[in-house]
Amino acid sequence: MKTTNIMIVGVGGQGSLLASKLLGRLLLNEGYDVKVSEVHGMSQRGGSVVTYVRYGEKVYSPIIDKGEADFIVSFEKLEAARYAAFLKKDGKIIVNSQEVDPMPVITGAAEYPHEALDNLCAKGMDIDAMDALAPALEAGSAKAVNIVLMGRLSKSLPIEKDKWIEAIKQTVAPKFVEMNVKAFELGRK
Amino acid sequence: MKKLMLGNEAVARGMLEAGCGVVSSYPGTPSTEITEYAAKYDEIYCEWAPNEKVACEVAFGASLAGVRSACCMKHVGLNVAADPLFTMSYTGVNGGLVVCVADDPGMHSSQNEQDSRHYAKASKIPMLEPADSVEAKEFTKLAFELSEEYDTPVLLRMCTRIAHSQCAVELCEPAIIEKKEYVKNPQKYIMAPANAIKKHPVVEARTAALTALAEKTGLNRVELTEDKSLGIITSGTCYQYVKEVFGDSVSVLKLGLVYPLPEKLILDFAARFDRVVVIEELDPVIENHCRAMGLEVDGKNIFPMCGEFSQSLIAKTMGVEAKEFTASEDIIPVRPPVMCAGCPHRGLFYVLSKKKITVLGDIGCYTLGSAAPLNAIDSVLCMGASVSGVHGFNKASGKDAEGKTVAVIGDSTFMHSGMTGLANIAYNGTNSTVIIVDNSITGMTGHQQNPTTGYNIKGDPATKIDLAALCRALGINRVRVVDPYDLKATEQVVMEELAADEPSVIISRRPCALLKYVKAKPALKVDADKCRACNACMRIGCPAITKKDKKAFIDSTLCVGCGVCEQLCAFDAIGGGEQ
Repeated sequence: MKTTNIMIVGVGGQGSLLASKLLGRLLLNEGYDVKVSEVHGMSQRGGSVVTYVRYGEKVYSPIIDKGEADFIVSFEKLEAARYAAFLKKDGKIIVNSQEVDPMPVITGAAEYPHEALDNLCAKGMDIDAMDALAPALEAGSAKAVNIVLMGRLSKSLPIEKDKWIEAIKQTVAPKFVEMNVKAFELGRK
Repeated sequence: MKKLMLGNEAVARGMLEAGCGVVSSYPGTPSTEITEYAAKYDEIYCEWAPNEKVACEVAFGASLAGVRSACCMKHVGLNVAADPLFTMSYTGVNGGLVVCVADDPGMHSSQNEQDSRHYAKASKIPMLEPADSVEAKEFTKLAFELSEEYDTPVLLRMCTRIAHSQCAVELCEPAIIEKKEYVKNPQKYIMAPANAIKKHPVVEARTAALTALAEKTGLNRVELTEDKSLGIITSGTCYQYVKEVFGDSVSVLKLGLVYPLPEKLILDFAARFDRVVVIEELDPVIENHCRAMGLEVDGKNIFPMCGEFSQSLIAKTMGVEAKEFTASEDIIPVRPPVMCAGCPHRGLFYVLSKKKITVLGDIGCYTLGSAAPLNAIDSVLCMGASVSGVHGFNKASGKDAEGKTVAVIGDSTFMHSGMTGLANIAYNGTNSTVIIVDNSITGMTGHQQNPTTGYNIKGDPATKIDLAALCRALGINRVRVVDPYDLKATEQVVMEELAADEPSVIISRRPCALLKYVKAKPALKVDADKCRACNACMRIGCPAITKKDKKAFIDSTLCVGCGVCEQLCAFDAIGGGEQ
């Protein structure tokens, strides 16, 4: 069985650690060999962050390299473009269409590349862009963007919905289960 | 039971299962979580020490008393702990003693890329290097056993990719280890010359015994195939990258005991192949060992000395076809880490930048004051260097420099190694100005308590060291406290203390905006009619302030209502934060 590679990218503080924790739990429950490689420390302070999740029969490297990702789940538009080179030829990008200006854009030293994803689409890249913030707010919190995107990803992975919901229950604090399950369901729509 | 565990959590679990009783550490990425996870086990006494030297000596004391003990730190922390480390090699241990050190190839969160394996060789202390979480737990347990069997501290080398990667780990029952008796033994534990002279040959004999162990231990593993053309010698993360590229199609000697290195094992392995390649990140430690034995190997002649490796780097260097990919052709701006919205450091650095003051900086979140648009820092070297450095700078340049140069250091970093520098300023006399940015927590490593916060690692109340009183006790008469959210007051205090004819300390005090007990105020708003697009508010580098239709715009999901930008607006365009 081949190894499946999922990258979660975004801006430090957007909640990628919870998303990777959920995936790790789910894939372990499914009996796969799993490796999850996280970002800690300096880059968490509003910087570009990337988390690698790999699963299969036997996983060696903790990281995903250029041309290897089956899925890239991005919490922000520009970050999806930044890591697009990591996508496999027939891979898929799931992206929250939100734009968060990086400091060089704020200071006027650089322009936000609004068209970058459209340009990648034009090259034939499979990009599924969605507004994940609206469903997250509908579920009850802007912070649930991560779980909305996991809901979207769940449609592309061969794992039953119930297993995902079970993993959510095992991952988040009891008082946030209902909100996160709702965010997950909205993400699947 | 299997559990997904970070390498760091697995080390903590290994400590529990080995019956370790005392862990003392100083936080530092990528090592911090070892001690945080260990602190969750009631069986282990854990603490944050003021610095790594203290932590290492606490672990030594606990070992002396007969309890298995450990200390954890990042690679540069081992520089601080090197003093006790080298002589602990001579004393040996009573209870097993493990020193965990986490290297950071690629410098994800560090100021240099030093290779800790040199410390093992220089201090003649054995070093184990795990390649995943499973090994992290097993090697930790073995390290305690080796420590007691060979009467030596043992180094456990982690690196970012092992420390911060999770894989499934099988949990075992914690061992019950009887505390050993402490017996007074001056020849062993008093390292004065007469005793140390006798101890050095013991250390050499121990290294010889450990080399013999290296030849046969399961820590070093040979994986053979039929192919005689290529053999790879590797360790740690690089082993995983090699397996990712070659699978089971290549022969590998995987070293888990990276000091001392085996000789016969390597020579016998190498003799099987036409070509031997050593694949190791950072310095050519294994490679040099091979070359010293007269072995012809490839290593740093084809692989880089700098930065992290990856499967694609190894594939490319070894002539394996790389994966195809499509990159964006647009210019993607970098997204560097920034000071958070509401960060208390921002106001201070704005003032220092505005007044064009030379700033000797230090290690912590506030190092980000060096970034655009504030560009407020002139140098960053190591923990504590701001305070010692400003004294040297002022001694060299005289009165003129004293009036426009400051040191900026955090509360935790000041406790770590700023105090001695301040004593030097008082004692050897410069009119230096030291600013302690006190955000009531150790911020960059993810909110660890320290001796100035009033809480211990478990979150229980602890003695709170009064920074102002401490500075006075160190001989500084002028100690001022200021709120960095108040730009006017901050500027006034900074200029007064720079002008003062004696050394001074300014405590810039405001808790980190990310602390749970810090309640955010309502987000501020920009009145677009009043905004003249002058960009004054953009000069503080707040991630919550962006532009919309050329005017300033505040992102209400990020803004915590700190009010610093409001003070910069000459047109009263920012406001609305009142409840």
